[in-house]
Order: sequence, then structure tokens, then C-alpha cells
Amino acid sequence: MIDIPLQTGIMLSGILFFMGFLGVLVRRNIIFMLMSVEIMLNAAGLAFVLAGSHWGEADGQVMFIFILTMAAAEVSVGLALILQLFKHFKSLDSDSFNKMRG
Amino acid sequence: MNTIFYIAAAVAVISTGLVITRAHSVHALLYLIVSLLAVSVIFFVAGAPFIAALEVIIYAGAIMVLFIFVIMMLSVGEDTKIKEKQWLKGKIWIGPGILSAILMGLFLYVVFSGSGDTLDVKPISPKEVGVSLFSKYLLGVEIAAMLLLAGIIGAYHLGKQEKKVVHRFMKNNNK
Repeated sequence: MIDIPLQTGIMLSGILFFMGFLGVLVRRNIIFMLMSVEIMLNAAGLAFVLAGSHWGEADGQVMFIFILTMAAAEVSVGLALILQLFKHFKSLDSDSFNKMRG
Repeated sequence: MNTIFYIAAAVAVISTGLVITRAHSVHALLYLIVSLLAVSVIFFVAGAPFIAALEVIIYAGAIMVLFIFVIMMLSVGEDTKIKEKQWLKGKIWIGPGILSAILMGLFLYVVFSGSGDTLDVKPISPKEVGVSLFSKYLLGVEIAAMLLLAGIIGAYHLGKQEKKVVHRFMKNNNK
């Protein structure tokens, strides 16, 4: 098993998280925004699991399972929404969705 | 073992960087799968084999397949790739890049200003995770079940196809 400093692991998860954050800010295609949100969730889960195995508790892994459940539900609803939006606006540009009315 | 961690971390960071810069969505998705597999390797060496398996099966297996199917249904072609390339030109990266770099700097400062203890990994078996999940976190499991139910209903409702009306006289007969 690894014996690196815990901070290195947390640093990795921070780097991945802020890469996902940058993706959400920069990309205009809504599918890429959803993918970047997935990256952020995964990075948060990485921090949970590393901290959990540092203290030898199963709680971090349990929290990762909850994050996984949440990500699955979020993606299924989000992709259904994207399909509907594409049907209405014929575009994936998040700027074109400002004409949304009732 | 430490070398494995560093190699997997490098692969994860590089492939995540490629995800947020690619213009073609299928390429980005494939790099995202590589990134998830690298993170799964990190889980494995960090003493969480059950979570590593879940990451491969659910994240890289199920969720990414959902993405692929939606990208197939949206039928993105060469023209969307060209449009993406126009959207991603140089200057757009400056503002968000600086802001998220500042936030990341703050985060790393907070992390590294603490005491630097070494990660002493004690492998946690799936049994311990299961016992903890179904005793201490039972309420959380039930809430997750409700969340999944809401997800199913929401996806069904949103994904429903409306019936096409061929002529306005036939509108009432369809109902």
C-alpha cells in the first residue's frame, strides 16, 4: 500500500476539482458542462476516499457510494433535459437557452 | 506502490486536461473514461478495492454509456466541431483560468499549511463498508433510494416523446 503524504492526495483531488471547475466556466456546449460537473464530483469522492483510508474508517467509502448515486440520478435527469432542450432549440449552446419561455 | 500512485495521478491530470480542451465530444468522453480509470487505480492502491470496482462499473461503465447514447442521439457532426473550435479560441480561457487558478492556490495553501502526516493506508474490506452502510448510514440509503426514484420519474417524464399530430382534425382522436 502507498505511504505518500496525505496532502499530495488531497492536492491531486484539488487539481482535478479545479480542472472541472474551469471546464464548467469555459465551455459553452452544455454536454461538456455536464461532463465537467462529473469531473468535480469524482474529485470530491477521491478526497473522501483518501481521507477515509487515512483514518482507517469506512465512512469515506460510504460517502463515495452516496456521491455515485447522486451523480447517476443527476446525469439521467440532466441528459433527458439536454435532449428536450436540443429538440426545442436545435442547439447545444448554453447561450441560446435564454429564450426559454413557459 | 508509490510509483503507481504518481503515474496514475499524472495520467488522471493529463487526461482531465484533455477532456476540457477537446472540441469533439466523443474524444472528450473517451479521455474522461481514461481519467476515471486512472482515479480507479488510485482507489485501488489507496486500500479501497470495492470503490475501485464501483468506479469502473458505474462511472466508466454505466454513466459514460448514457453520455455516449445521448451524443449519438444528438448526432453531432463536423459542423459542431468547427463551432466548438470557434468557441474555444484563446481569449476565453484567460478570465476563468486566472480565477480558478487563484481558488486552487488558496485551496493548496490551506491544505499545505496543516501538519503533514503520511497517509498510512489500512485496506478497508467491502464487508466493513457494507456493515457501515446498512447500519450507521441506513437513513442515507433510504434517502438515496428516494433520490433514485425521483431520478427515474424525472428522466421518464422529460424523455417522453410527444405524439406527432398529422392534422388538426386528428388532434382529438389521439387522446
